[in-house]
Amino acid sequence: MTNEEIKAYISSHIPEASFDETGEWLTIIIEPNSLKDIAAVLRGQPMQMDYLFNLTCVDWKTHLTMVYHFSSTTHRHNIVLKANVDRTAPSIETLCTIWRTAEMLEREVFEMFGMQFLNHPDLRNLILEDETTAGADGKSGYWPLRKDFEDPINMIKL
Amino acid sequence: MYNQTEIIKDTTDLGPEGELVVNMGPQHPATHGVLHLVVTLNGETIKKIEPHLGYIHRSIEKMCESLTYRQFIYVTSRMDYLSSHINNTACALIVEKGMQIEVPERAQFIRTILNELTRIASHELWIGAMAMDLGAFTPFFYAFREREMITDIMEETCGARLTMNYIVPGGLMYDIHPEFQTKVKAFIKQFKEKVTEYEDLVTGNVIFQSRTKGVGVLTAEDAISYGCSGPVARASGVRCDIRKIAPYDAYDKVEFDEVIETAGDSFARYMVRVKEMNQSIRIIEQLIDIIPEGDFVGKTKNVLKLAKGEFYQRVETARGELGVYIVSEGGTTPYRIKFRSPGFSNLSVLNHIAKGSKIGDLMATMGTLDLVIPDIDR
Repeated sequence: MTNEEIKAYISSHIPEASFDETGEWLTIIIEPNSLKDIAAVLRGQPMQMDYLFNLTCVDWKTHLTMVYHFSSTTHRHNIVLKANVDRTAPSIETLCTIWRTAEMLEREVFEMFGMQFLNHPDLRNLILEDETTAGADGKSGYWPLRKDFEDPINMIKL
Repeated sequence: MYNQTEIIKDTTDLGPEGELVVNMGPQHPATHGVLHLVVTLNGETIKKIEPHLGYIHRSIEKMCESLTYRQFIYVTSRMDYLSSHINNTACALIVEKGMQIEVPERAQFIRTILNELTRIASHELWIGAMAMDLGAFTPFFYAFREREMITDIMEETCGARLTMNYIVPGGLMYDIHPEFQTKVKAFIKQFKEKVTEYEDLVTGNVIFQSRTKGVGVLTAEDAISYGCSGPVARASGVRCDIRKIAPYDAYDKVEFDEVIETAGDSFARYMVRVKEMNQSIRIIEQLIDIIPEGDFVGKTKNVLKLAKGEFYQRVETARGELGVYIVSEGGTTPYRIKFRSPGFSNLSVLNHIAKGSKIGDLMATMGTLDLVIPDIDR
């Protein structure tokens, strides 16, 4: 599918989605509450985005942006999906029921950014020690990959 | 007397009382690094595997946020230390993409040759170590005999045997050693003679086959859903070779086959890697005699600044797809950098494919996933 076809198809299902074509791949920007809907659209026919090859988060100091990179193993087209999430109490729906790889990637984002993934089966720390974040309430504030993170002992600044 | 299946039948629904939790690692000879697996057993049958990561977590992503585009490449050699050339290539390519630097053809050819040599070296180490996990000690020495030749070539070319840091944005750090081509050709000659030896030792071995065939079966759908890549996915019949999908460097100028197996078990993963080594040799043979003359590094500015925006580069390492994602604000350092490491996704499938099998088979399953722990923890 070409970018124009993808845009027309997505717009017909998710009208509020906006697009950005400045990057290498087509970027779809959505509201976090429509993530579940667009995930079903992307995974189903005719898009068949069955391969989630990257899932990460970017801290923009005012908000967090979830970034998903999808690819299709049948059609070989790639797209980027983005959702801006509120920074004070970030939460977004999990994708691990559709793409199983999301389960561990989301756990990493959870401990590094404090993002709460709703309906995630096993949201615990993966890499960091359990007691360092204790971010179950989403408020404790020890999230290493956020921009305002300070660690006077272990962090080396150049 | 009970036979074995009856004993297992008796204990399947014992519930939590009949369960035994075994900690495999963080210091375990078969995990090849500090991987901690919490294995829940019922008798000898695995009920659940839970990986605990982070013993070698250095927060490379955070570190890179304060390093310039020339500096951050050196950190990436320490991620997947068995394919450091390929990690360096990924970082060099993304900087070149962001700054539109033209890379001389000579550098592209040399990079491709070095990447393939790295792949062979990594697979050689894997064959030796994996056979040792399964109790065969001899293949280790056979595999390391050839691997030693590659590390010697690397040492002469880059000055290092493991963490090369030879590939930089724009091309190479310095030109190749004058003896490089002769040495590589000597290696190819020896490899072709000797590769049959450890195929005879391992591939046809009845014990090896019975321990790996039908063990840890991964279907193509699950491989895609779990984000598997590299030999693990290709052994399940998924076409996912980045060298074919999105060629970089000189991969569009060479002919090679993407190795595909369909069985999806541990033996298929073994076969993919063995055949891949032969394909790597094929690529090197095509390029080694036609390395063009000219510059080994393109013209770059002293201070590298990526344009504002987002960049993503995919490369095929020995373990699968490595992705580098950079968000740039136009400065000299990345605003956010993310490494999508192949081992991370390949590890996530372990619980799924090892569940229900015997604990003895876990060695074969985990061994053929080819996990490198610093790559998973980053």
